[in-house]
Amino acid sequence: MIEGILIGLTTALTFQNIFMVMIGCFFGTIIGMLPGLGPMTAIALMIPITYGFDPATGLILMAGVYYGAVFGGSTSSILLNAPGVPGTVATSFDGYPMAQQGKAGKALAIAAWSSFAGGTLSAIYLLFMAPSLSKVSLSFRSPDYFALMILGLTAIAAFSSKGQFLKAMMMVVLGLMLASVGQDSLSDITRFTFNNMNLTDGISFVLVVMATFAMSEALTIILKRNDPTAAAKQVSLTELGSIRINKEERGKMYKTIPRSSVIGFLIGVLPGAGATIASFLAYGMERNLVKDEEKEKFGKGSVNGLSAPETANNAACSGSFVPMLTLGIPGSGTTAVMLGALLGFGIQPGPRLYMTNPEIFWSVIMSMYIGMVVLLILNLPLIPYIARILAVPKNYLIPLILFFSITGIYVMSFNNFDIYLMIGIAVVATFLRLYDFPMPPLILAFVLGGLMEENLRRSLLLSNGSWEFLWDRTLTVCILVTTILIVLWHIYKTITKMRS
Amino acid sequence: MNINTTKVISLLFFIFSAFYLYTAYQIQVFAFDENAPFNARTFPIYLGYVGLFFSGLKLILPDPDTIKVEHKTLEYKKTALLIVIAIIYGATILKVGYFLTTSLFLFVSYYFLGERRWILMFLLSFPFVAAFMYLLHGILEIYLRDPFLQSIGVMG
Repeated sequence: MIEGILIGLTTALTFQNIFMVMIGCFFGTIIGMLPGLGPMTAIALMIPITYGFDPATGLILMAGVYYGAVFGGSTSSILLNAPGVPGTVATSFDGYPMAQQGKAGKALAIAAWSSFAGGTLSAIYLLFMAPSLSKVSLSFRSPDYFALMILGLTAIAAFSSKGQFLKAMMMVVLGLMLASVGQDSLSDITRFTFNNMNLTDGISFVLVVMATFAMSEALTIILKRNDPTAAAKQVSLTELGSIRINKEERGKMYKTIPRSSVIGFLIGVLPGAGATIASFLAYGMERNLVKDEEKEKFGKGSVNGLSAPETANNAACSGSFVPMLTLGIPGSGTTAVMLGALLGFGIQPGPRLYMTNPEIFWSVIMSMYIGMVVLLILNLPLIPYIARILAVPKNYLIPLILFFSITGIYVMSFNNFDIYLMIGIAVVATFLRLYDFPMPPLILAFVLGGLMEENLRRSLLLSNGSWEFLWDRTLTVCILVTTILIVLWHIYKTITKMRS
Repeated sequence: MNINTTKVISLLFFIFSAFYLYTAYQIQVFAFDENAPFNARTFPIYLGYVGLFFSGLKLILPDPDTIKVEHKTLEYKKTALLIVIAIIYGATILKVGYFLTTSLFLFVSYYFLGERRWILMFLLSFPFVAAFMYLLHGILEIYLRDPFLQSIGVMG
């Protein structure tokens, strides 16, 4: 492991990679800060640029964008009460009241320090957990992988759907259907191409991500331009107040940060869970653990109430790298985008990644430390200036997002058909988003579609067409039971909701 | 059963799944693969049935959280206009070239979205695209096809 860490450090500490972390954190913060644009959009926009680098540098850039976007999301939560990303919704519960009390600078500083501490602690957990999990995952067989993918897809549908489980499952199926277009990986038989040569190689992952996130995000913003609830959100950027945190506030943070980082990391590791659930759970747990006097302050500008979700959401970001790097199965929509980009580089993450490509595996983990430091150094002094980005007029923002999306596809294929297809998918996605059909399950399913079919193929061929492989191995059964429990829990919740 | 737009979308998805399933059954496989435990049409067939199952459930089950969209507040006209501009951009980018079409796309989009600060509009289109092209083509060595710049001798 020491050798791996040194390889990672050597790779991560090159001038180019440090520069990439800085660029990633900076642009991630800016994009994440803009309400509606989350880490997935930020990373999607970066994909075409990463293809100009080697895989390690590309992944380091994307990871930097990821942390930056999550931190940027908290800035708009605190200043506008308009979370840039779902993972920072809980931040606004106490961050926004603090800003209203004229302590916006302090709230942003608490968020920055908590994010830094949460991210750093979870990077340490990741350092020790990832290699062990890699060894365990070597014992996984095709049926286990197939079951794990079903679990991942069910979990993301259950957790990201805001109670709309069936809608999320429909998006999962749509994602798998889109992934099935093109040549069959084994027999080379074309499927669903309707004799169109442009579809023979299937639909590009970057195209689907750009269409469902970047482009449809831009179209949604313009579509909802006159929405009175969005227009009402104004920000006063002149009065941010001091960014200094006093001794008493630091004392409160010392207690909150370690426990919130643990819960954040563990939730992040679970497939489908991620930063949103982690931040809500950490907020709820903190409220139960503090003294009654502090409990009263929750929702009115509590330091603990702000520090807990901020620590947890950054810890969850690092945690979500565990299943992606060790199992090759992304734990969240954002890591699904990263996985897709890695596949584009010709690298298959999984248990063998840290043996076959140790420089990628370890440099990403090492860059997380560097990323956290950069985020702090960059963001703390720049808070008053970065906050002004929130005033960027939509008239410029939207065409620029469309431009980056179309450029991304253009440089990949030099094909008009792909641009039309992207616009078509973006229009459908925009319409679906209006009615709360979530997009992360679609992306995760699209990324996993090929692997899922491959593992099902192997399992069925080995068992001679029998579905017995689902209960032949204890590990497969455990994973499937967990999936069933998630579904049952969701059915129970829906029935309770309908009765009430 | 309450008919709302979510139900209509579910119905459309149900029809789409049925069409997908029909097409999946039409996939031609090799003769020796016809009765294999798994062939090119197996996974799509399962997907088709799963799609029918979930959209069917969504159709028949009551909807506890009906989504109401205020269509009056939505900017359909500008969104449609932007989509048309994007399609024209997509149609001309290969023939005309990256620099000119992208710059014009940005400039025209700013204009249609209500921007009238001409100098800023210009700076964020032509020089901005030139700088971005330099980053991609010049520094990152990502090839950008541009017949227009080639015809005037700016690009090799």
